[in-house]
Amino acid sequence: MMLLHLLCEPFGDFGFMRRALVGCLALTLSAAPLGCFLLLRRMSLIGDALSHAVLPGVAIGYLVSGMSLVAMGVGGFIAGLSVAMLSGVVSRRTGLREDASFAGFYLGSLALGVTLVSLRGSSVDLLHVLFGSILAIDANALITIGIISSGSVLVLALIYRVLVIESFDVTFLKVLSRRSRALIHCLFLSMVVLNLVAGFQLLGTLMTVGIMMLPAASARFWSQRLSIMLLAAVGIGTCASLVGLIWSYYADLPAGPAVILTSTLFFCFSVLFGSNGGMLCRCR
Amino acid sequence: MLYYNNFDGGYCGQSLCFFRNSPTGYRRCAAGTVMDSYFLGGGTDMIALHSLAFGYSGQHPLGTLNGCFDTGSLTAIIGANGTGKSTLLKTLAGLLPPLGGCFCMAPQGQRQLGYLPQLTEFDRQFPLSVNDLVLMGCIPHSGMFGRISGLWRKKAIEALDTVGMTEFSPMHIGTLSGGQLQRVLFARLLVMQPSVILLDEPFTGIDIQTIRTLLVVIRQLHLEGRTILAVLHDMEQVEKYFPHVLMLSAEGHRWGRSADILHSLTAAATPPQQGLLP
Repeated sequence: MMLLHLLCEPFGDFGFMRRALVGCLALTLSAAPLGCFLLLRRMSLIGDALSHAVLPGVAIGYLVSGMSLVAMGVGGFIAGLSVAMLSGVVSRRTGLREDASFAGFYLGSLALGVTLVSLRGSSVDLLHVLFGSILAIDANALITIGIISSGSVLVLALIYRVLVIESFDVTFLKVLSRRSRALIHCLFLSMVVLNLVAGFQLLGTLMTVGIMMLPAASARFWSQRLSIMLLAAVGIGTCASLVGLIWSYYADLPAGPAVILTSTLFFCFSVLFGSNGGMLCRCR
Repeated sequence: MLYYNNFDGGYCGQSLCFFRNSPTGYRRCAAGTVMDSYFLGGGTDMIALHSLAFGYSGQHPLGTLNGCFDTGSLTAIIGANGTGKSTLLKTLAGLLPPLGGCFCMAPQGQRQLGYLPQLTEFDRQFPLSVNDLVLMGCIPHSGMFGRISGLWRKKAIEALDTVGMTEFSPMHIGTLSGGQLQRVLFARLLVMQPSVILLDEPFTGIDIQTIRTLLVVIRQLHLEGRTILAVLHDMEQVEKYFPHVLMLSAEGHRWGRSADILHSLTAAATPPQQGLLP
């Protein structure tokens, strides 16, 4: 009873803790499954690159209309998608591997974003954009996150079968219909960018991808079935958000990094004890 | 380019040709001379190649081809490494654009094309069951979003039964050996029921028992009237199971009955024997 009280107290007493929790949970619901697909498509680091690539757009949105998630979101979406498309075009035209062309563009994009923020804003603003402000999000930001998250889950449910086929055997889908392959790929990348944009208010551009990839990578160690893996990822992300926020409250740690650190601990635990290829499971 | 004229046993140079409309097997060359040329099978064209140059964009074409694969023909594509066998299949599957010329595929072939790449291209760790993989073959019938009906589920089970993999149905694909995975991929082809089937080295790294099973499946598909092209290395398999051969080589491509081509190969030099007769 005492323990339950301790667990509930931060969220019962403080609105900002409640909002942070709701934001994290909403985002986990769509970001973790997307992370699973990124992982299965061997695009884990592409997610990271994309989260950096949104920065100049976010910065422009921020400079134009201040801390408005919609303005920054639209800017970030355009910037992220531009980098993704540009990398795709360069890869197709030159034969350079997609990760290499991504690296070429996202680093420039990150530098441009930091420059833009520094030109007009203060170093506090820069920290805000880079590391998020999970405890300072307002109701409007929550609504935006909720809309993006719900939309992503719906689209994911709609294209689930094709997305699985595209992730496993892209040639099969290309032979069936080149157009639907391109459409699915674009739709998927757009959803990833949108979720990163939704997440950067919470965790900043540098750590958003953590809420996407860490639960997904952990879930990989618990099931060989995709549906269970997706559910496990959402479950792990939810637990990590909850534990991370409580931990940050009692240990007086910055909330965003605490959530990601907790996810990392979950990941390490899964690596060691996971029933599907965990280290100890392999030893036995 | 060189075109092998099978009836008089010689080569003739040609760059442009008009394809026959009649099933008599004649076609007109650019020079205006009517020449006998070899058409695989005996019916109508399923895939017609018009000076098709295949290769990777930005590079010199690996080869240029004229000719056609008839509906219901069963053709082995042979040749040394680097002659573009896999590239030709990828071009026909629409994965690579032709570098020159063109090819025409009959409408049913365009709609229903099954292409099986080399086994190494699959991620075996992907969380997918054998049954899921076979059910992918329903997509051309049920559509991308449609419900997969009980009928197709039954067909998937039948297909698994044909390749002798029924008991593996609920298992994860990571537990399968290379040969078993190839059987499952063939089951997916069976469910798809494509008119044109392109197989890229289907027997590389596969045990003899599986090769036997799959050759029976290929023969079955051939008897059902499907057009099949397979890249192969084992000449004994080609001679025994494949009525027609397209041989790609730098000196000039050759089409023909497998016995003729293989015989001329043996006469010229002893061909490299790979693998064992299943």
